[in-house]
Amino acid sequence: MTAITLIPQLLNGLQYGMLLFLLAAGLTLVLGIMSYVNLAHGSLYMVGAYCAAVVFDHTGSFLLAVAGAVAGAAMAGALIEQLIASRLYQRDHVEHVLASFGMVLLLNELARTVWGPQPLFLTVPKALGGTIDIFGIQYSAYRFAIVVLGLAVLVGSHYLIHGTRAGMLVRAGASNPRMVGALGINIKVLNGALFTFGAALAGLAGGIAAPIVSVQLGMGENILILTLVVIVVGGIGSIKGSFYGALIVGLIDTLGRSFLPLILRETMNRELANAAGPALASMLVYVVMAVILAFRPKGLFPARG
Amino acid sequence: MTSLSLKARAACLLGLVALLALPVLASLTGETFYISMASRILIFGIAASALNLVFGYGGLVSLGHALFLGIGAYSVAIPSFYGIGNGFVHLGICLVACAAVGAMTAAISLRTSGIGFIMITLAFAQMGYFAFMSLKQYGGDDGTPISATSRFGALDLGSSIHLYYAIVTVLLATIVGMYWLRRSSFGMVLRGARQNARRASALGFDVKRTQWLAYILSATTCGIAGMLFANLNAFASPSLMSWFISSELIVMVVLGGVGTVLGPVLGAIAFIGAEELAKAVTLHWAAYIGLAVIVVAVWARNGLVGSMASWASKPVKVQA
Repeated sequence: MTAITLIPQLLNGLQYGMLLFLLAAGLTLVLGIMSYVNLAHGSLYMVGAYCAAVVFDHTGSFLLAVAGAVAGAAMAGALIEQLIASRLYQRDHVEHVLASFGMVLLLNELARTVWGPQPLFLTVPKALGGTIDIFGIQYSAYRFAIVVLGLAVLVGSHYLIHGTRAGMLVRAGASNPRMVGALGINIKVLNGALFTFGAALAGLAGGIAAPIVSVQLGMGENILILTLVVIVVGGIGSIKGSFYGALIVGLIDTLGRSFLPLILRETMNRELANAAGPALASMLVYVVMAVILAFRPKGLFPARG
Repeated sequence: MTSLSLKARAACLLGLVALLALPVLASLTGETFYISMASRILIFGIAASALNLVFGYGGLVSLGHALFLGIGAYSVAIPSFYGIGNGFVHLGICLVACAAVGAMTAAISLRTSGIGFIMITLAFAQMGYFAFMSLKQYGGDDGTPISATSRFGALDLGSSIHLYYAIVTVLLATIVGMYWLRRSSFGMVLRGARQNARRASALGFDVKRTQWLAYILSATTCGIAGMLFANLNAFASPSLMSWFISSELIVMVVLGGVGTVLGPVLGAIAFIGAEELAKAVTLHWAAYIGLAVIVVAVWARNGLVGSMASWASKPVKVQA
């Protein structure tokens, strides 16, 4: 295994991790602060991707497509929050699971009705269509841009939460929502804004993922489960945790899938390795999560309070 | 629980008669389709009852019970792949595998609680889902047909009538078992721990151990349902382990009535019945089911059993 094969896979893992981070950041805030389990977060990602595909089809502008993805998912998120989620914050987690599961079914069917069952495709924008040179290795400029964007969102959300008044209110609301309410802050508006922000991030992830994956029904479900793994590994409610969790999950998943079958083939009999390799590779992330939780039940970076 | 009212007893008896008479009526009218549909509903009734043991009595929301349905199904499919049709072998593999996987996953899952428990059980189920997706020799994501269905001596689960009565037997055993377990000291500790785990511990009960044992029991019961399901379809596929199935089981339990004995069965009947109805009426059935699930989540607090209990507790009015 040489650097030539390793570095692109490392970068792929990093890029995948950044995509997961965009999803996990929004979800972990909603989970940590409103303690609302939103299984429909992946559907918001799907809505974002579809919006991007449609806007790109009409305008041909990639920037507008991403803006459309963010706006579409944010609107869907705000609507869901107002109509359903906000009624359930004080209730049991089971009701969250149920309501958002119903939402997944509903959104999938709506997407099928509106956009049809065939997958849609987007092209990578021209400016980022080429490759760039990293340590002498050619790597897709677009995927590299995703890594940069992920870092920018990390820095931006860190500033937003630790450097602004809105972020301070969110942190206060997380540790004692009643007290924040008693001090005259409209906690409902705050929750709504936070939910919408999370949805917008999911839409952003969907929009930028659209050119590298096919935009199709159910695309949100697999990534949703991985996002949940990220959050559990990182610690519920912690942005920092979700960042490291996303990197760990993204890297392990990508590297595991590309190298584990090869390693097994060298160490054990070929037939067995061919059978077990892909199975083990796809389970690897979950095994790592189980191990982490067995020793650190609250995740690697539990949120304070 | 007080003794059942006259109306409730009559309803139970009527239900039992309908259950036993269904294949006869279906065969007489030639509508054998209803036997397999009823079989499917009752199998999910068993699985939902199994989930109810941990979720309803124990308050542990497992979003991964589809895993055990899948393991049960593959404990028929994999021996059958090698030509083994002995039902006792299938059952043995199913019980051992489900108990082992249940014991291991529960030991780790029970270290967390609340949201963490939901997520980790979900993740374990996904682990099984992806493992079987990539096991290409057993069909991978396409699933695998079952040529040798479970045969227990004269009882052949490949025959739809045999299978139906086997399902009814297992279901009745599950219901009686749950009724008894709910009131046993084991069930009392489990239910007490749901309300206040710390107090139950302080009273000297080993709460974690009780929950662990309940999870294993629930897992094996769910596995048996999976085994029956594999025989019904003569097919096993990883999609049985998908988190959609786990969510549907939760819907059934909540719809029927969390923590009640008959609730999960009624929930399974109502949910799958509604699904079949919606499928017959519209292509966009999933949207309506989705809406219905949301409505149940937001507004239905006591489930069907709750509404029926309030009906049954009203005295019968005798017209003069």
